[in-house]
Amino acid sequence: MKKTGKWLLDIVLLLFAIVFLSPVFIMLINSFKDRAELYENALAFPSSFSFEYYKSAMEKMNFFTALGNSLYVTVVSVILVIVLASMTAWMLVRTDNKLSKIIFFTFVATMLIPFQTLMMPLMQVMDWIRSNLHIPMLNTHEGLIYMNVGFTSSMAVFLYHGFIKSVPVALEEAATLDGCSKLGVFWRIVFPLLKNITVTVAILNVIALWNDYLLPSLTLSDKGLRTIPLSTFYFFGEFTIVWNQAMAGLTLTIIPVVIFYIFAQKYIIKGIAAGAVK
Amino acid sequence: MSKGKDKAWFALFTVPLLFIFTTVVIIPFIIGIYYSFVQWDGIPANPKVFVGMDNYVQIFQDERFLSSAWHTVQFTLLALVCVNILGLGFALLVTTKLRSRNAARTMFFMPNLIGGLILGYIWQFIFTDAFSFLGEKTGLGSIFFNWLLHPQFSLYAIVVVFTWQLAGYTMIIYIAGIQGIPDELMEAAKVDGASLWQRLKSIVFPLLMPSFTICLFLTLSGAFKIYDVNLSLTKGGPNNATEMFAMNIFNEIFAYGNYGIGQAKAIIFFLIVAGLTLTQVIITKRREVQM
Repeated sequence: MKKTGKWLLDIVLLLFAIVFLSPVFIMLINSFKDRAELYENALAFPSSFSFEYYKSAMEKMNFFTALGNSLYVTVVSVILVIVLASMTAWMLVRTDNKLSKIIFFTFVATMLIPFQTLMMPLMQVMDWIRSNLHIPMLNTHEGLIYMNVGFTSSMAVFLYHGFIKSVPVALEEAATLDGCSKLGVFWRIVFPLLKNITVTVAILNVIALWNDYLLPSLTLSDKGLRTIPLSTFYFFGEFTIVWNQAMAGLTLTIIPVVIFYIFAQKYIIKGIAAGAVK
Repeated sequence: MSKGKDKAWFALFTVPLLFIFTTVVIIPFIIGIYYSFVQWDGIPANPKVFVGMDNYVQIFQDERFLSSAWHTVQFTLLALVCVNILGLGFALLVTTKLRSRNAARTMFFMPNLIGGLILGYIWQFIFTDAFSFLGEKTGLGSIFFNWLLHPQFSLYAIVVVFTWQLAGYTMIIYIAGIQGIPDELMEAAKVDGASLWQRLKSIVFPLLMPSFTICLFLTLSGAFKIYDVNLSLTKGGPNNATEMFAMNIFNEIFAYGNYGIGQAKAIIFFLIVAGLTLTQVIITKRREVQM
């Protein structure tokens, strides 16, 4: 009797989870339907599978260009912030003086500033750099990467700072006596010890930057530079919504996320749990 | 090692990031304060006229701004309750010994990885087409109708999507908290004859206070700053009924070209967000139980 009860609970939980994810399934089934079928019954299984709408959505969204752009911007931004923030945080922890404390406090305090407070003046600063120093900060991926690094630095420094405090100094001192330079000590000895928190910083930033819409929408104006969220936005704005094609387009944008989730699930769950301890 | 050399190393390690951080965050923040005291239309050739506190006085007479503030407050309160009840419920379910717990956990977390913009578009279809269809077929037309055409229900629609996105995230944090509770404690209570509800109320919830702090902080600041879902799901409509704080600021600056007034709103926005999150963290920290 008890065993059947457990079975039942198992199935109830699974059904509940499936119902929870039903919007994703509804999106998927409608991406294969033709117009008439979609309007007849939005919840029915498609009678035949057509990939026609995937093809047209792919063309209209410029999908592969957008995918490449998103990958480039996200990967380079995350690598840069990991390199720069870990180095900065290590120096701040290991140098015990007033300046270190002020710098660290400034990083933490700015975590309270919402993006909307900075967006307009930021555009003015970048525009000033563009017209006076002739560095193309706007409408380039590199400019966007630069700003991404700036915005993600506070949280990354904060997480590394907390972690490094628990890493013993003894190893570093031994290496210094052996004649290693600070750069050598950091990259050969310290950085490998930071693996766990590096995974957390990487995961949190990949999710945030991959999905970021507002900053790219303000800086990138060329069609060919659009990231996935941007091309999705214009896809919905430029054409009157043809729902089956729209569903195919949305499914396409979710595929890379699902692949990432399948391969990195363990790290994502751990990373989120560790990153939330603030 | 010499002091000068130490300083050089310090600079080498910290200056690159500090330079980027200063140009992207610190300088914009400071000149942002200045912009909030001028009148300017965003065109570089046009003059920026200093108007003192005028922008701040004006925004408190701006009815659309005040109603966007009210929408945001309503939304945030509802979202706070829904996200945390669902997240905690999920966490309690997937920390049982059920075999389907891992599959369920995977599915509950999934929406969090999809960006707010894309979630909004998916749900736009659900609320318009799938809902009207359900309403026709089931006869429950009072629940299943196009929520996005109704001023109050379109606000609830945003709550639904936001909850869908964040419940899995808070679930992960609650799971970590629940797993930190020693098994012996629960066993002892069970032996003493405490019911499930008593165990939850007197052991689990008090010991979960640190998780509550984190989750409330995350939902509060996330909900207050919501923009992407707002944009893709309702665009602030119908009739500005769901225009939130962040969208109002964006529109004031980039749609209507009132850079000074928009920036004054952005500064007020900052003060509220900072004040709220700090107060919330202080209050919940105080109530945490020490083990």
